[in-house]
Amino acid sequence: MSEKIKELKVSAIENGTVIDHIPSNAVFQVIRMLKLDSFDSMVLFATNLESKKYGTKGLIKVSNKFFLPEELNKIALVAPHASIIEIRDFRVSSKKVVEIPAQVTGIVKCFNPNCVTNHEQVTRRFTVVEKEDLRLKCHFCEKITRRSNMEFI
Amino acid sequence: MKNKSLVSINDFSKEEQLRVLEVAREFEKNPVQTILQDYVVASLFFEPSTRTRLSFESAVNRLGGKVIGFSEAGSTSVKKGESLRDTILTIANYSDLIVMRNPIEGSARFASEISPVPIINAGDGANQHPTQTLLDLYSILKTQGSLDNLNVAFVGDLKYGRTVHSLVIALCNFNTTFHLVSPIELKLPSSVKMHIKEKNLTYYQYTDMEEVIPKADILYMTRIQRERFSDPLEYERIKNSYNLHNDMIVDTKENFRVLHPLPRVNEIDINVDPSPKAYYFEQALNGVFVRQALMALILGLR
Repeated sequence: MSEKIKELKVSAIENGTVIDHIPSNAVFQVIRMLKLDSFDSMVLFATNLESKKYGTKGLIKVSNKFFLPEELNKIALVAPHASIIEIRDFRVSSKKVVEIPAQVTGIVKCFNPNCVTNHEQVTRRFTVVEKEDLRLKCHFCEKITRRSNMEFI
Repeated sequence: MKNKSLVSINDFSKEEQLRVLEVAREFEKNPVQTILQDYVVASLFFEPSTRTRLSFESAVNRLGGKVIGFSEAGSTSVKKGESLRDTILTIANYSDLIVMRNPIEGSARFASEISPVPIINAGDGANQHPTQTLLDLYSILKTQGSLDNLNVAFVGDLKYGRTVHSLVIALCNFNTTFHLVSPIELKLPSSVKMHIKEKNLTYYQYTDMEEVIPKADILYMTRIQRERFSDPLEYERIKNSYNLHNDMIVDTKENFRVLHPLPRVNEIDINVDPSPKAYYFEQALNGVFVRQALMALILGLR
């Protein structure tokens, strides 16, 4: 099984991006974050695949699409170990890992129900204060939102 | 500091904070002036306050300025569903400076980013109350002659008390030794302790206040709120364990002073009030001078 998957994930698309090593439970989140639910080229995804490193994993393949670094770094919030493989003409043209950005703008909801961002129309902004055990400090109310109570917009 | 909003104490550098205190001293010597006679200050209190609102309004009035505003949101368009954005953009047209208290956390930062006139945060929920911190610093400076190398004891609700959090953070610039007295369930949060650790300063934690009093230069008392406890018996027990009496402050240092942001309930017995070491009402008066200084600096008049 693993042989087949390996082959599929790197060679099935001619041009595009493969996002690998996504935690199984985060695949749909990543699809929403990258707005792939309204994308018009081919998108393939898989979840609960076997992974030597993580037990199970998910992966997404997107044809004819190369993402900007800031788009990909958003993914790091839910898939901190994701790898990004760009395919050009059936070959791997680059392989990199995502990085958690220093600022997170417009994608995460502040955990504090009494925060102004949950009451007024305002773009949510956070500073990343801790990358490993993800902690985001709200620019407005200064409270910390952790990965466990993170809600995406 | 001209045109600079004050939302969080960290918006002002140590030097800027000291500058406010220096100018406050000037206003204390000469509190009645006419420098604000051509200015209108908006005082927007979306929730009730006694000391903060009245001391701001007193500060403006003693400098000859005009105050517009409200002391509760009930009598405004907020009740009709107006957004904070629209309220601020409207009132900015009528005033040179906005002082705002709002129960929503982050509302002052939000207002400062959309308002064409500077904003002074007079408290945004449990988040920040920087003018209280400045007047606390001023009170410490006045009573101790310096802000450096002091032993400052904080007593009461150190977990939820925003005045405690901001003052601890501000004092980290002055080589303070912290003595933190609280019930176990109301200890200072680690996010605040982080600032003490970053500066390699010393702090001690206690549950009993008596042993701390002889060591302290400043005893900063706070109110313990009933709503923090799920068990009313626990509240009664704790409330009575942090009750300062005059006989407890007899054997203290000469320069020892008791501070309290007020309002108090029963954590300081009224028999402490006549003591020369009780400083909380003067502390409230200092709020007027500090706010005069702050407004003068932000409006570019000093």
